[in-house]
Amino acid sequence: MLWIRNGIVVDPKNKINAEKMDIFIKNGKIVEENEVKKEECKVIDASGKLVVAGGVDMHAHIAGSKINTGRTMRPEEMRVVRNIAGKFRATVGRVLLTAPAIGYEYAKMGYTTSFEAAQPPIGALHTHEELDAIPMIDKAALPVFGNWHLVFKCIEEKNMEKLKALVAWAIERSKGFGVKVVNPGGVEAWMYGGNVKSLDDQVPGFNVTPREIITWLIKANEELGLPHSVHLHCNNLGVPGNYQTTIESIKLAKGFSNAKRQVLHVTHVQFNAYAGSSWRDAGSGAAEIAKVVNSMDNVTIDMGQPIFGHATAMTGDAPFQFSLHKLIGARWSNKDTEVETGAGIVPIGYLPNNPVHALQWAIGLELGLLVDSNKVALTTDYPNGGPFTEYPYVMAMLMSKKMREGELSKVNAYVQKATGLASIDVEKTLYEVIHMTRSLPAKILGLENKGHLGIGADADIAIYNLNPLETDTSKEFEKVYKMFKSAEYTIKGGEIIVKGGELVKEVYGRTFWVDATKKADIQAVMPDIREYFNYYSVQLGNYGVEERWIKKPARIEVV
Amino acid sequence: MEDVICTFCGSVCDDGEFDTEKKKVKKFCRLGSSKFAEKQRIKAPMIDGKEVSYETAIEKAAEILANAKKPLLYGWASTANEAIRVGVLLAEKLGGVYDQCASVCHAPGTLAVIEEGLPGATLGSIKNRADVVIFWGANPAEAHPRHGLRYSISAKGLLVKDRKQRKVVVVDVRPTKTAKMADMFVQIKPGYDYAIISALRAIISGNAEVVPSEVGGVAKEKLIELAEIMKKAKYGAILYGLGVTQSRGRDRNVENAIKLIQLLNRTTRWVIWPMRGHYNVVGAGEVPAWEVGYQYAIDFSRGYPRFSPAEFSAVEVLKRKDCDAALIVASDPVAHFPKIAVKHLKQIPVIQIDPYPNMTTLLAKVVIPSAVYGIEAEGTAYRMDCIPLRVKKIIETSYWTDEKILEEILKRVEKLKG
Amino acid sequence: MVVVELITGRTLDQGATVEEKLSEEYFKAVSYIELNEEDFKLLGLKEGDSVKVSTDFGEVVVFAKKGEVPRGVAFIPMGPYANMVIDPTTDGTGMPQFKGVKAKIEKTGERVKTVKELLEAI
Repeated sequence: MLWIRNGIVVDPKNKINAEKMDIFIKNGKIVEENEVKKEECKVIDASGKLVVAGGVDMHAHIAGSKINTGRTMRPEEMRVVRNIAGKFRATVGRVLLTAPAIGYEYAKMGYTTSFEAAQPPIGALHTHEELDAIPMIDKAALPVFGNWHLVFKCIEEKNMEKLKALVAWAIERSKGFGVKVVNPGGVEAWMYGGNVKSLDDQVPGFNVTPREIITWLIKANEELGLPHSVHLHCNNLGVPGNYQTTIESIKLAKGFSNAKRQVLHVTHVQFNAYAGSSWRDAGSGAAEIAKVVNSMDNVTIDMGQPIFGHATAMTGDAPFQFSLHKLIGARWSNKDTEVETGAGIVPIGYLPNNPVHALQWAIGLELGLLVDSNKVALTTDYPNGGPFTEYPYVMAMLMSKKMREGELSKVNAYVQKATGLASIDVEKTLYEVIHMTRSLPAKILGLENKGHLGIGADADIAIYNLNPLETDTSKEFEKVYKMFKSAEYTIKGGEIIVKGGELVKEVYGRTFWVDATKKADIQAVMPDIREYFNYYSVQLGNYGVEERWIKKPARIEVV
Repeated sequence: MEDVICTFCGSVCDDGEFDTEKKKVKKFCRLGSSKFAEKQRIKAPMIDGKEVSYETAIEKAAEILANAKKPLLYGWASTANEAIRVGVLLAEKLGGVYDQCASVCHAPGTLAVIEEGLPGATLGSIKNRADVVIFWGANPAEAHPRHGLRYSISAKGLLVKDRKQRKVVVVDVRPTKTAKMADMFVQIKPGYDYAIISALRAIISGNAEVVPSEVGGVAKEKLIELAEIMKKAKYGAILYGLGVTQSRGRDRNVENAIKLIQLLNRTTRWVIWPMRGHYNVVGAGEVPAWEVGYQYAIDFSRGYPRFSPAEFSAVEVLKRKDCDAALIVASDPVAHFPKIAVKHLKQIPVIQIDPYPNMTTLLAKVVIPSAVYGIEAEGTAYRMDCIPLRVKKIIETSYWTDEKILEEILKRVEKLKG
Repeated sequence: MVVVELITGRTLDQGATVEEKLSEEYFKAVSYIELNEEDFKLLGLKEGDSVKVSTDFGEVVVFAKKGEVPRGVAFIPMGPYANMVIDPTTDGTGMPQFKGVKAKIEKTGERVKTVKELLEAI
């Protein structure tokens, strides 16, 4: 039992804005005061300190063959030593981190949940092995659907029952959490060296278009009633002028609604928010996108904020990765995966003097500032935009125009004419930024017990040495940055795992997975699955992950 | 029992049928059948050749390892990921060296990945799409007997329906069994892989005039013919073997081949992939990569992992006499290392964990027999293309698993090291 | 005596017996050298004769076999016999040069050692 005394609580889900409160914890949950025996409680004196829910990262690449190939390909990334073996594991990594390092670094920053944003279903067991190797945090993975031949087939046949059955079956088999879609149709086109360029391009070899793939999957997702919505990585990523495709894709959510959450989450939008016709005249499409998102009540986005310095591009968007390899001449890994999907990896770096990189950096911030705080979550699309360990930088930037002015003076002047960042006066409040990093991502993912401090919530809590009542986040941005980098306390499932910015206890979190098999007639699609397994290189009976192979599985049944 | 998974070679065929009564496997190749056949086992744990209990052998092993200044932990390609993970944690705890069989097999390919990346595909992609397959210094007919049937030569795919729709090329120094199944055989002089790949790059990039009339024993006309086949492929795959990684040039051969693939992808689709040998040699690299950042040749003597094949590969460590004890798991370095490396193994206490007696058993101080994954124990393995498969337990055994043995050693080492 | 470029590699027999290294079958599978027919003739060999293979790195006695290798190239299956003579230099890669070492081949009256004797001699 734990008693957090006199903390200053910010808990946007429960509309608590900097109120002095006590919080009580029992059996890993937040409970009413009368549920604990105070004399048996361990007491944390949080006087003058900020108490918030543990951070929730809704989109990061933290486990599976992509990041592991990245590590193999980039030993130079692993030369940064973070921890020497002793009470805790040895950890290394600059931006690409080892599995133990991922857990430790999130925990030190006060984050307690992170979602792997793309797992090829056939590689799910690998993803889960790596998730199991990450200590400290709760986690889950999103299997990819947007280029799967079987998905195309169900849509070609206009058979929603089959599509729903396939989605439910695949999420169960991969022990996944939701429906990720990456460059729908484009990765299949890449198998012939191509890509798709608009929502209405036909996917080579199939009578389907990206528009149909997205809308049919939204419909299937909503009819199944999955906790999370479709999670979309748009077509044309990284291409100047792509903001229009992004807006068109966002508008596909019209006509769908869900009382609890959005029906479409569009991810790392910075990479899909470019105006112009080439990198010579590229500009920002952030304001246009923000207008559309703000005008709709069923779409959310996350930033995909680039951080100056090293990064590694890794996505299921294989054709984009090849373009990037040609553009910058860097190393390139690619993986065409059965008839399911593909992926690619290219090392990159973001340089303040480079006009394109500065533009990307500014667009990420524009999105964060211009989109309603209830519709944009904070991400770097780790490790694509850079390290998650710099979330505090993004938080501080969103809250301080003064900090932005200082940073703007250091970057390529191209951003002054190509974006509106300099003229944006918005300064998000601490309340808003806490929402964007806790309650909002939890809500987007459909995690009811995460991201807030209400009764019944998981006791995942961060305490920062920052008094919101006495801090001017607009002026004291250096302090804000420093305090969010290093939590005074991180509490995971009721256990203190970080104290004074240092690890004190190693714990292993749960892996959430969604079981919607009762919401569909799985048998409806089994004959097709059996037929398609002629084109797999593994037996149907050997496909998928059993719950008992996972260290701490947490099944969420959709009923 | 159906869908039995073979734990012999990197093809990890998963369509076997096991007759529990007769204890025989159907559908598998000669190598797979030999894997599932009954054979001589290490009967019991031994110290200096005398039979002891598991506990006594484990106690002794932990004592040797904990007292060593710098133990070498080597092997891992023929065990499951669960055991490999404990092995990595043990190496970290001991401040020792972790190295695995790839070190003397496909690791030069990993060095090439560091230089250029790995434009690849799963075997299922190759089976469905590849209209041209080139085996370069690889002889699957002897090393991966069912590879051709399941994934490459005659595999029936979605777009490439059968053998007739697929062109198979073999590049090798001798007419191997695989070469006899090919549509085109390019016989090269040993050690000339790099030069030939360079010539192909020159031809494909439109600079055929710089190529001399003969390269590495191959006439220019033949190289032009091969380059044309490559350019015209809709989806091609180079599958390379030890003929590339163990010959003159080693990692540079693979690096050059990857550059050739990069070039080809500017006009069509090509992928490249190594023909990995042991059933889980991929896991022996992937597990340490996520746990400590690197695939092999990892030293923990400073309390954090350092990667350097020139210093921390098993052969270099042994040649330099830079380890004072060795733990060998699921491998036989005495049979597969050069003489000079074996010489040092004879001088230091060796602990062996393996189901079968082999040449390493002959010099091991502590021998601990273990269950066979895929037959007597369940666990995760990665096929050569990194596709994970859960290998099965199909018969009961009283042997402990590698995972359990290693966990017990780790527990005792933690106690001894404090 | 002939001079050859020696290579090593997997064979089906070696693979099928690799988990039975102390057996007669494994011994048979790895203790021979394949030579080109002309090199074979030049040395005055018949199938099953012993030859001594010497390189800068060691020597080993193995059985001689005619094989489908080009003239001037010889093949020993990967394993303990090959490892007596291959080049242990790794050039910083950790990988010895298992393929491509200059070797002298001569007919010999010496016996082929067993796997155990081979280890004892190291």
